[in-house]
Amino acid sequence: MSGVRVLVGTRKGAFVLTSDGMREQWEITGPHFPGWEIFHVKGSPADTERLYASQYCVWFGQLIQRSNDGGKTWEPVGSKFLYDGVPGTHEWYDGTPHPWEFKRVWHLEPSLSDPDTVYAGVEDAALFRSSDGGLTWQELCGLRGHSSAPRWLPAAGGMCLHTVLLDPSEPNRIFAAISAAGAFRTDDLGKTWRSINRGLKSQYIPDPNAEVGHCVHQIAMHRSGHGPLFMQKHWDVMRSDDLGESWHEISGNLPTDFGYTIGVHAHEPDTVYVVPITSDSEHFPPDGRLRVYRSRTGGYEWEALTEGLPQRNCYVNVLLDAMAVDSLDSCGVYFGTTAGELYVSANGGDRWALIVRDLPAVLSVEVETLS
Amino acid sequence: MIRIILSAHLQGLTRVHGEVELEVAAPATQRSVVDALEGKYPMLRGTICDHVTQQRQPYLRFFPCARDLSHESPDAPLPDAVASGQEPLLILGAMPEGRSRFRCHFMHHRKAMSRTR
Repeated sequence: MSGVRVLVGTRKGAFVLTSDGMREQWEITGPHFPGWEIFHVKGSPADTERLYASQYCVWFGQLIQRSNDGGKTWEPVGSKFLYDGVPGTHEWYDGTPHPWEFKRVWHLEPSLSDPDTVYAGVEDAALFRSSDGGLTWQELCGLRGHSSAPRWLPAAGGMCLHTVLLDPSEPNRIFAAISAAGAFRTDDLGKTWRSINRGLKSQYIPDPNAEVGHCVHQIAMHRSGHGPLFMQKHWDVMRSDDLGESWHEISGNLPTDFGYTIGVHAHEPDTVYVVPITSDSEHFPPDGRLRVYRSRTGGYEWEALTEGLPQRNCYVNVLLDAMAVDSLDSCGVYFGTTAGELYVSANGGDRWALIVRDLPAVLSVEVETLS
Repeated sequence: MIRIILSAHLQGLTRVHGEVELEVAAPATQRSVVDALEGKYPMLRGTICDHVTQQRQPYLRFFPCARDLSHESPDAPLPDAVASGQEPLLILGAMPEGRSRFRCHFMHHRKAMSRTR
């Protein structure tokens, strides 16, 4: 019987949750690595038992953990992230040059075809790849070598490369997003990169249409690689129909165009989900009502999904890697909150159920569909 | 025999709760102790000294004998009381309260150890 395994990274450890295809009864293990920040946990599409986790602590630095048994046991692998060549400088908050310094791994993206190949998006922004199961890491230095890199600058959370999308329809194509630089694409497996920010507008930077300087929060695409790209930016929900060459706004009737996370339905490339959050300082749901918004028209009309979600006195946040979808016939949608709640909808968002509450603040949610 | 008390975070990695004991050739130094520690517990590699720079993690402190040796040379001999196993070497995350908190922690530890001996 098919089922799901949900991988949750939190401020104080990782949790692994499993359920059958009904997604009603859950077994929860954890915390794994208690006391450590787990920025991201993700499984290999090529081997669902192979998991990678980014484990971080301000005192003791970065570790990468690997599991070969679906999260039952873990072993530390390599965590030596060395920038290629002389790192150079990027812009600091005050506009002055600042040297590139490795801080932590935000996102781990396993290869679609090889369990031993995995990509790591790091702060300060760079993309690394391991081809030996995480034992050693090499920078794909073409990204940081982009001509705009000296003008990249950190967002409030740091200058992090937090989104890595591997295109299932074109094995040499990768999308990456950086706060606050923008989105980038390679068509030659990371050798060369182009900025793909045309159409993005960030009204409070000196040139709202600049090539870089945009605080992209997440990019999502359908798991087939076909269909549009969707982006949740610091402000604005955006869509691209040409692999990011140009973007147009689809915020439409959303109650706010700010948010962190965005996801695409497993079977419907034009069905997209966001969680609107008020900004610029509040960072909780509008009116204290936790609502997921779904568009079945590629972002041109949005509907609020509220059944099963708190509709009063709710002041949580949903962070940028904290939503995921499974690929069961009835697509499941999952998200976690900074209050430690994990929600699931087993019917594409129509009704929501609380899986667990009172976890540490949720940083990331991923799901593996098990057969 | 060198006795080491690790931060709770590092104890979680080693799965050793309580003191760690290591044989370290004389003269014992911060570097030789960390090398021996990482040799016995490979999962600690990179957590005490950075993988790339090999420098002490900036928010990590070495506290032996009610002193702060964090800024001493990593090749300087450790105090005799640590080298002989009379006193433990504490490897901890920096605490915002600074030394006063460290002294509380140290005294608490000494009291706890005296109760168990």
